[in-house]
Formats: sequence, C-alpha cells, structure tokens
Amino acid sequence: MSEVLVLVDHVDGDVRKSTLEMLTFAKRLGEPTAVFVGDAAQGEAAASTLGEYGAEKVLVASDPAYSEFLVAPQAELLANLIETRQPAGVLVPATADGREIAARAAVRTGSGIITDASDIAEGFVATQSVFAGSYTVSGRVTKGTPIVAVKPNSVSPEAAAGAGAVETVDFAPSDAAKTARVVSVEEKPQSGRPQLNEAAIVVSGGRGTAGDFAPVEALADALGAAVGASRAAVDAGWYPHANQVGQTGKTVSPQLYVAAGISGAIQHRAGMQTSKNIVAINKDDEAPIFELADYGVVGDLFQVLPQATEAVNARK
Amino acid sequence: MRIVTFVKYVPDAAGDRSFESDNTVDRSVDGLLSELDEYAVEAALKIAEDEDDAEVIAVTVGPDDAVDAVRKALQMGADSGVHVLDDALEASCALGTAKVLAAAVKKVEEEEGPVDLVITGLASTDGQMSVVPVQVAELLGRPAATQASALEVSGGTAKIRRDGDTASQHIEVTLPALVSVTDQINEPRYPSFKGIMAAKKKPLEEYELSELGVDAGEVGAAGATTEVVELTERPPRTAGEIVTDEGEGGNQLIEWLASKKLV
Repeated sequence: MSEVLVLVDHVDGDVRKSTLEMLTFAKRLGEPTAVFVGDAAQGEAAASTLGEYGAEKVLVASDPAYSEFLVAPQAELLANLIETRQPAGVLVPATADGREIAARAAVRTGSGIITDASDIAEGFVATQSVFAGSYTVSGRVTKGTPIVAVKPNSVSPEAAAGAGAVETVDFAPSDAAKTARVVSVEEKPQSGRPQLNEAAIVVSGGRGTAGDFAPVEALADALGAAVGASRAAVDAGWYPHANQVGQTGKTVSPQLYVAAGISGAIQHRAGMQTSKNIVAINKDDEAPIFELADYGVVGDLFQVLPQATEAVNARK
Repeated sequence: MRIVTFVKYVPDAAGDRSFESDNTVDRSVDGLLSELDEYAVEAALKIAEDEDDAEVIAVTVGPDDAVDAVRKALQMGADSGVHVLDDALEASCALGTAKVLAAAVKKVEEEEGPVDLVITGLASTDGQMSVVPVQVAELLGRPAATQASALEVSGGTAKIRRDGDTASQHIEVTLPALVSVTDQINEPRYPSFKGIMAAKKKPLEEYELSELGVDAGEVGAAGATTEVVELTERPPRTAGEIVTDEGEGGNQLIEWLASKKLV
C-alpha cells in the first residue's frame, strides 16, 4: 500500500489531536507514516500514541536547526522525504508553521498544495470552505506530490492499530535553510482551556461585553469550551489576538459556537459560519448574527450567560 | 533602502463573491486592495520614512482592474508601481503566482537596483492560503521572517515578533529578505487628498510575462498545480428559533442545548 506522510503537530512531544485526525485521513488514503520533528526521546515516546492511530512507521528527525530557525530547515527535510520516499501524498497541519513548511516543500518538489482541507477523499481530493463559508470547493493536486494542509477538528480520530516503528531520519539541513534565526521564545501564559481551533465548543464575546469577559469565560468553563473574541473586542484590547475568530483570526467549526454580544459582521462570520450549531445572545434583535443562529436569545448577556452557566452546572 | 510590497486586488468581501463557469473567481464584481495588504504597505512606508533615500514599490499581478490595488498603495504613499498583466496569467495557482512575483522582484532589481526588503501581507482575503510569501522567498533564495506582529529594521537586519498560540518567537534575518506582516502590526493610514492627487503623477510600469522572463506554460491554467473538482454554493444558514429574554433566557438556552444533546 502506498505511503502517506503525516507531519506531526506536537508541543514538546505531546501529540496534538490534529495529528490523530490527520492519521485518520491518512489511513483512508494509504499507509500512514508519521514524521516527528523534534527531540529524539520525545519522538520515541510519542510513537506509541501515533501507532495507536494507525502510523506504521514513525520517522524521527532531530537536528538543532529545526528549532533554532524558522520553518525552512523543516521544509528541506520534508522535500527530501518526498523525493526519497515518493509517498502518495503528504498531510500537514493547517497551522502557521505547517502551511509554510508545506508551501516551501511544494516549491522544492514542484508540487501543488491545498490548504485548510476539512475532508480528504480517495485520490487526495480535498474539500475546503471558501468565501467566508459560502462555497464548498473540492480540488486536487495535479502536479508533483499532493500536499494537503488539514484543518484541525475536521474528523473524529479513529483508533487503528499500526506498528509505530521508529526510524531515525539521517538528514542534515543545509546552511542555506538556516537564515531566519529564532533568537528568543516567550511562552504565553496558558489558560488551561482547550485550543480554539480544536475545541468542540467555543464561547465568544464581542463588543457587547464592554470589556468584561468574565461571564463569557464562566460559561466556557462550565461547558469545557474554548474562549473566542470578535475583532472589535481584540482591537479594543479586551482579549488577546490569539483568540480572535474571523477573517483575520482563526477559522473554527466546532459542534457548538456561542456568540455573546457579537453583531455578526462579515469579518466575524468568515471565521465561524461553518460551525455545526450556532447560538447567539445579543441585546439588538436586528443584529445580523441572528440570521445564522440556530437558537438566539435577545437579551443582556450579563443576565443570560450567568443564568446559563448556573443551569449547566446544575446539570452536572 | 529599496522595498517592494505585494498588493492584491480582490473581490470585496462585503459584496457577493462567486465563481465563473470555468471555476475561477469571478473578478467582474467590485474589488479593492486586499485589506491584509494594507498592513504591508503601511509597514513599508513606516520603514521608508525612517531611512534616507528609501523607496517603496508596489507590485501587483492580475487583470486590468488590479491596477487599482497599486493606485491605492501609491495614494497611501508608495513611490512607484508595477503591474504584471498578461492573458496567460488567468487561473494561476499559488505557485504560479509566486513565480511571477519573484520574477517581478528580479525585474525591479534589473531596472532600479537591489531590493533590500520584500514586505507582504499575511494572506489574501480571497484565496486565504497564506503560502505565497514563503514560496516567493524560497524562489528568490532569500530569508523569510513571516507573520510579523512587530517589525524593526536597522543595520541590515530585520527583527520580528511572531505570535503563536502557545508562544511568541523573536526572529532575525539579514537583508535582503522577505517579511510578511499580520493585521496586528500597525494601523494603515488613509490616503490624504494630497496623496490621492500626487499618486496620479507617480510612475507605474506595466509588464508582460515575456518581459519578466517567465514562460507562459509555467503559469495560468497550463501551469496550475491544482484543479477544482467541484464547486458547490453552500445554502445560506437560516435563522432558527429566536426568543426574547424575560428572565428565563439563560435557562431556555440550556434547555435547547440539552434537546440537541450539546450539554
């Protein structure tokens, strides 16, 4: 069966859910081989998890250049693996780093790339949402090796027995790839909440919060949800940009999206329109967000959210 | 210091965006400079203001109307513009577009002199792939510091901050280099009346592919590395049940979620 390479998304060896989703797609398309870039011991430790989701092989590539320089060394590695192994296709996470690694590898191997795939069918036919979710496009790569950047939360990870056999990759990135030096890294304080683009439920706040996200966070925590914010709230400095949902922020499609105090400008809709269920709470009964809400409450979020939070907690 | 900035003309996201029968984007509708490119133009202008003898050149690739994107950049303060216009460009994929942009940078160097910095936006607001900037850097063999939320250029070095989900990275590259910027980096200026008048007299070069040394077979539909299999318009979401809070709104909301097995 033909090999499908999956670029592992991990944080210090902890494999992210998006990787298991990619393995699930890869298993449908061929024989999954996970490519783990990072510390060798962490790669070995991750191999069992990767094997449980279908990875037959786990290629571990460890070179200081992968963390000391931005993406180019990893792109060189991926291009080398494509050339030497001739896989049927390559899946990468649709993250900032993932897309850039894939884009550079595509140049090096003369391949096409499709980004933000929410489904991949036989022949690497990838589905994506475009124009703020108003169109669904399926497409395929016609030259070189299909490279697809997969959107997190696109499929439920399915366990599948794979050998998870670790192989060390013997590849040294060239000096030409070592040009964008990472001089320092500041870790961000972690909220303990799920990652925005991986969460099954997202609760977002907008202008209507007037800067007070406490009721939004309380409901999110009761639901085990991630917290999002509209551009207006981020621009006002009320919430970090990393949490922005919309055209210039993250695109999410959770099972449930709760928009509190968000009017629903096109900028915001572009980032959440493909959510399975949408709930809106807004004082203004003419807010455009109600046009796409499956359930809407016209009211003050400072009344509605705390009551909803209490109701959720009472059910536990 | 010579700075090239890429500007894309895109269909207005606030209008109706759709596709032609050949599955390419319908570009006959009202268009404008991609919002995310305004941040790149602003970043270029800011750097140029701090340097002696700096110039900013706005480059676009696209059909006739695409020149509007360059004009907007000139109105904001860019010094000159380049429009790559050729029928063979239609239906280019990301890689094809990157090849043309890279060739345009080389053309500017041939005509004007070395380009120290290429500044781009994070993504276009239509294709939204976010791959062209690094592909251009790869083709030019230049360092790329991408997705900058902060940028400082001095002494032949560009320093950026790249904000991720779990950490922010500080990255340094030696010029000549490419930098892509996010919408967090600055507040783009509006063209002034004086800027709009001055833009009319600024030089604007138009090139065909052959003048850039790009083979038509490498771009457009002929050179495309991807193809559309199927396009479907998603039925618009329809409004569901809307209630007015009369003291029980929060409870009603959770009852609805429970009925959908979402809590």
